[in-house]
Amino acid sequence: MCQGVVPLNDISVLIGGKAGDGINSAGLTIAHLFNYLGYRVYMYFDYPSLIKGGHNFAIVRASEHKTGAHRETADFLLALNNDAITLHTGMMRPDTEIIYDSGNATKGTGTAVAVTDILARENALPIMGNSAIIGAFAKAAGIQWDVIEDVFSRHLLKETGKNLAVARKAYDVAHTKRVVPVIGREPLPVITGNEAIGLGLINGGMDAYISYPMTPTSNLLHFLAEQAPHLPLTVVHPENEIGVIIMALGFAYAGKKAAVGTSGGGFCLMTEGLSFAGQSEIPVVIVLGQRTGPSTGLPTYTGQSDLHFVLHAGQGEFPRLIVAPGDAEESYEWSSLAVQLAWKYQVPAIILGDKTLNEGTYSFDRNELEGYHIDPGIPGEEPITGDGYLRYRVTGSGVSPLAVPGTPGTVVKVTSYTHNEEGISTEDAVISMIMAEKRNKKAAGLLEEINRLEAVRTYGNRTSPVALLAWGSNKGVACEVAGMLGLRVIQPVVLSPFPLRQMKEALSGVKRLISVEDNIEGQLGILLATHGIRVDDQVLKYDGRPFPVGELREKVMEVLK
Amino acid sequence: MTGRNLVTTAPNTWCPGCGNFSLQFALKSVLGELEQSGVSLDDVVLVTGIGCHAKMSDYLDVNSFYSIHGRTIPAAIGIKLANPRLKVICCAGDGDCYAEGLDHLIFAAKRNADITVIVHNNRVYGLTTGQYTPTSPLGFRGRSTPGGTTELPINPLELMLASGATFVARGYTKKMEQLRSLVTQGLLHRGFSFIDVLQICATYNNMTGYYNDRIYDLEDHDVSGFEHAFRKAREWDYNNDARIALGLFYQQEMPTYEDRIFARPPDNTDRRKRIDEILKEKM
Repeated sequence: MCQGVVPLNDISVLIGGKAGDGINSAGLTIAHLFNYLGYRVYMYFDYPSLIKGGHNFAIVRASEHKTGAHRETADFLLALNNDAITLHTGMMRPDTEIIYDSGNATKGTGTAVAVTDILARENALPIMGNSAIIGAFAKAAGIQWDVIEDVFSRHLLKETGKNLAVARKAYDVAHTKRVVPVIGREPLPVITGNEAIGLGLINGGMDAYISYPMTPTSNLLHFLAEQAPHLPLTVVHPENEIGVIIMALGFAYAGKKAAVGTSGGGFCLMTEGLSFAGQSEIPVVIVLGQRTGPSTGLPTYTGQSDLHFVLHAGQGEFPRLIVAPGDAEESYEWSSLAVQLAWKYQVPAIILGDKTLNEGTYSFDRNELEGYHIDPGIPGEEPITGDGYLRYRVTGSGVSPLAVPGTPGTVVKVTSYTHNEEGISTEDAVISMIMAEKRNKKAAGLLEEINRLEAVRTYGNRTSPVALLAWGSNKGVACEVAGMLGLRVIQPVVLSPFPLRQMKEALSGVKRLISVEDNIEGQLGILLATHGIRVDDQVLKYDGRPFPVGELREKVMEVLK
Repeated sequence: MTGRNLVTTAPNTWCPGCGNFSLQFALKSVLGELEQSGVSLDDVVLVTGIGCHAKMSDYLDVNSFYSIHGRTIPAAIGIKLANPRLKVICCAGDGDCYAEGLDHLIFAAKRNADITVIVHNNRVYGLTTGQYTPTSPLGFRGRSTPGGTTELPINPLELMLASGATFVARGYTKKMEQLRSLVTQGLLHRGFSFIDVLQICATYNNMTGYYNDRIYDLEDHDVSGFEHAFRKAREWDYNNDARIALGLFYQQEMPTYEDRIFARPPDNTDRRKRIDEILKEKM
């Protein structure tokens, strides 16, 4: 994705209603209609922190090119209630096609769907009102009926027949308003960032996933819990995030690769465990989906304000891997790498997501994976077990051969204290120093390994002297705006250990660097400054909402004026 | 590994007369017996928290996970879930287990996790030089409460029974035979074994005389009767001057946490294939 070009055949559909109306799954069904027509899709889902009532909406973006951002206007607006119209007047253009439930919304123009009547005639549940609206939309967009049948049969597994009957009633009475062209490519898997992360963790060798529910990573817990029966995977939901990370360290000590998932608040509780992981050199992978802080903040909205928190969390100094993927493919690939690298270097690895990425839905194209291969061992440092095994043997790489309890004749001692090679506490000054240096050395090896991968990525016009600097989910919107304005995009995927050499290469020829971040302090800019790189301008957003393409384009143009 | 010396070369720094020596001796001899009965000590893992008790990790030459304060139990459960063949023993302190990590203790009992928790209950913080703990009696004068504590202690046995523990016992560091027997029984029990051990802190809270005057052994006690065990557990509330019963209060066979957690497909299950299937479902 992210070719840095202006997308062709670009359609946006907004569907809105109240919480409990099934807006998320309706949006996903619409995304699949486009997927079946050969489009690449992206969906942003916006919802307040409540279970029933309140206003939910999903924006489905379909385009010939891959995209990871939503637009500021809608081509089709699907309203299950009046709020879906009145709260989104800003997204309407004169040619926006409105399709609405005539029983709940009063629009006057557009396609009225008598949802209540249809449901009564089909003896269907209120939740199936979505199918009526989708049926009417499909007709309005000139989508062939067999596409709806295909999508419903594959993705609406409950009461497929009845949903199809409801959709058909609306389809038959609606009129075609604007024909959405058929692209004619094979559909791709459509997955959320959370699912991409989960699949990546599985691919990387994760044996256990441990998590306490917290938006925006709860859905990762749900996804993996559903998958666990079919995989060599144990999923545990313990008493709190302190228990989560310590349990993960227990798994890892006993030889199973464990990952945990949370958001900023849960990560606060995990920091003592993170520091313990650093000292004891027990690997762990932490998925952190950022939301709007501080504290409880906006629980269901996005943010990128935890970068410095994860860079420095935990007392003491120890190396850590931090990766911030920007779309589904990177989420898959770097989650897999995070597991492999955490175990290879015996360090904690953090996958830093954000609500936009974690809960966003993307077309997933395996052809875009880099297919990185990590050699799991460090040459010359194969485990020597048995009597005399040293869990913290000082080696040239700083990485000690890893054995697990239950290995015949081998005593494996790990500890949160400063320790000798055996893993026995010590307060000896010289050993303390040697061990600090041993741990620190692992960062150098890790950085070398990172430098063999594309840790800083560039897109768009790679010769432009003006570059947008973006991280995490902002990759998508930055690429699109860069495509429109002829700019370069620089995206660091790895944030620790910082890939300075690659960053400098990416910056070659850049005269003006504009950072795009979802926070108020410009945290990536601060990180770059510590490495002697100055950001010239900042475009910051901290209202919990991701940038729509048009908004970022305007902001960047203002800066360039 | 057989017949090995179970003591490491780490210099022992417990105070002279410390109750931890008794527990170390008890553990050593129980592990020795275990080994003689055919259990490989390679499959034993000791998990300790932070506090004087926790030095057991440094001193016993077995697999050990020297955790952070209050966090023995989640680690122990993780280890057990990762490799159910391992025998996992937690040595925890009373500050460790009843204050900082109380939530984990209650959940371990609730889950009936197949681990053994031995609480070195000396009723004072030793390593931080003498503050009250959750089991110090009302009015305890510690360095953070020079005028005496203003709160009642918790009764850990009562708490554990209420939380669903399937093996609840109390030992005393001055009664070695019984202590060894309780630890052995705890290790052999399938499910969550909890042993509160009244331990002397020679420096900050030497209650030897007090305990010696009040202890008695549970005899003709039906360990399967919950109501009866509960009444016995409430006889002494860690505050009044009642008689102090020692021994096994309650034992019940129940499915363990590990039994109930879904059995994983074998580790050689093809991950890639499953990923392909999931992606196909998402198409």
